[in-house]
Amino acid sequence: MISAIRSGDQSAMAALYDRYSSIVYSVALRVLGDTGAAEDVLQDVFMQLWRNPGLFDSNRGSLGAWLAVIARNRAIDALRKRRPESDIEDVVLSVETDLAAEADRARAAEKVRSVLGTMPGPQRAALEMAYFEGLTHTEIAAKTGEPLGTIKTRIRAGLTTLRKAFQE
Amino acid sequence: MSGHEQFAEGLALYALGVLEGEERANLEKHLDGCSGCRQELEALRGDSALLAMSTTGPKPPQRSRQRLLSAIAKEARLSAVPSAPAQRFNLWSIFGWAAAVGMLIVVIQLRRQNEALQQAANSLGSVLGSQTIELENARRIVDTLTAPDAQTVTLVAAKTPPQPQGKAFYLKNRSGLVFVANNLAPLPPDKIYELWLIPPDGKPIAAGLFKPDAKGNASVINPPELPPGVEAKTFAVTLEPASGPHDAPRGTGVMQGGA
Repeated sequence: MISAIRSGDQSAMAALYDRYSSIVYSVALRVLGDTGAAEDVLQDVFMQLWRNPGLFDSNRGSLGAWLAVIARNRAIDALRKRRPESDIEDVVLSVETDLAAEADRARAAEKVRSVLGTMPGPQRAALEMAYFEGLTHTEIAAKTGEPLGTIKTRIRAGLTTLRKAFQE
Repeated sequence: MSGHEQFAEGLALYALGVLEGEERANLEKHLDGCSGCRQELEALRGDSALLAMSTTGPKPPQRSRQRLLSAIAKEARLSAVPSAPAQRFNLWSIFGWAAAVGMLIVVIQLRRQNEALQQAANSLGSVLGSQTIELENARRIVDTLTAPDAQTVTLVAAKTPPQPQGKAFYLKNRSGLVFVANNLAPLPPDKIYELWLIPPDGKPIAAGLFKPDAKGNASVINPPELPPGVEAKTFAVTLEPASGPHDAPRGTGVMQGGA
């Protein structure tokens, strides 16, 4: 599909949108809480891919996961009313879980929600504040009244818990 | 894990894009030279992707799809630009390969033609060379046989007096005849030697008159009176009256030999 987009195939781009627009839009909406702003992020993410499909490295993981991370980063930038802080080219991630199919993504999403549900409340809160609100550990510490080191540890522990859950 | 535990928490924050200040600068400096921590960063981003994937919500409105498709249609030319050189490259590449293949075929054909011509030239040269050699050999034979200063030595059994000998070379289709003789006795007065070609029907055909030199040597070369295409059964030499006639043998026989 990416190769078709590289050759300028608009129908391939439409098919790719149909497959991944839901996850991109839901991430942006979760971060921004505003449908109009989320649509702008949606537009921006897919236009970036259309203009430069070579940004995605298929050897590094699934396209869905990559788009979700790009959407989250763009949404955080929009939320904090700052210029895009990182170029898309810088976002390299590795995902071992196959998330290409809709069913796989649905199962993965359910599993993540399950893992988050088992996390200690403060740990989950720190992780979600960092990820979906883009708060720095300093901001989280100030907001929660917890020590900086504790916030760091919780965020790292939360990510580690997610990884272990998908390695089992 | 990267093995650099001191950067572990910083990496997690950095993966989420929420590490700031001096800690961020120090970590980025470390990442430049640490492939293990870069790999861990990629893994942490993958972990964070799971968080993104966990979100649920309504599907985007249909207008978003139309907006995107309209936008990419407007930028179709722009997006196609990077691939256009590739297409041109492919096109030229095809032409280039075709030209290269064509040139290769032409070169092969020219080489084959050249080899064929070279072989033909070599063959012609070989034929010409062999013909030249044959002609030279023929000239040397004739010169040796007919040259006035050629030495002629006849070898015979010891204590045997030299006997008259002759040798005829005859080519009937061309009426070619070379006859050489030696050890001929000196001619008596009013006598002459006459060469005869005797065909299968037995009627001798006059093939030339000749006189030996002081050493008893003589020759007849291509006598003009010889008709073409006559089969030769025998050649003979007779001693005839010098005054003739010479159309048929009337004198005494000197020597003869079957063809």
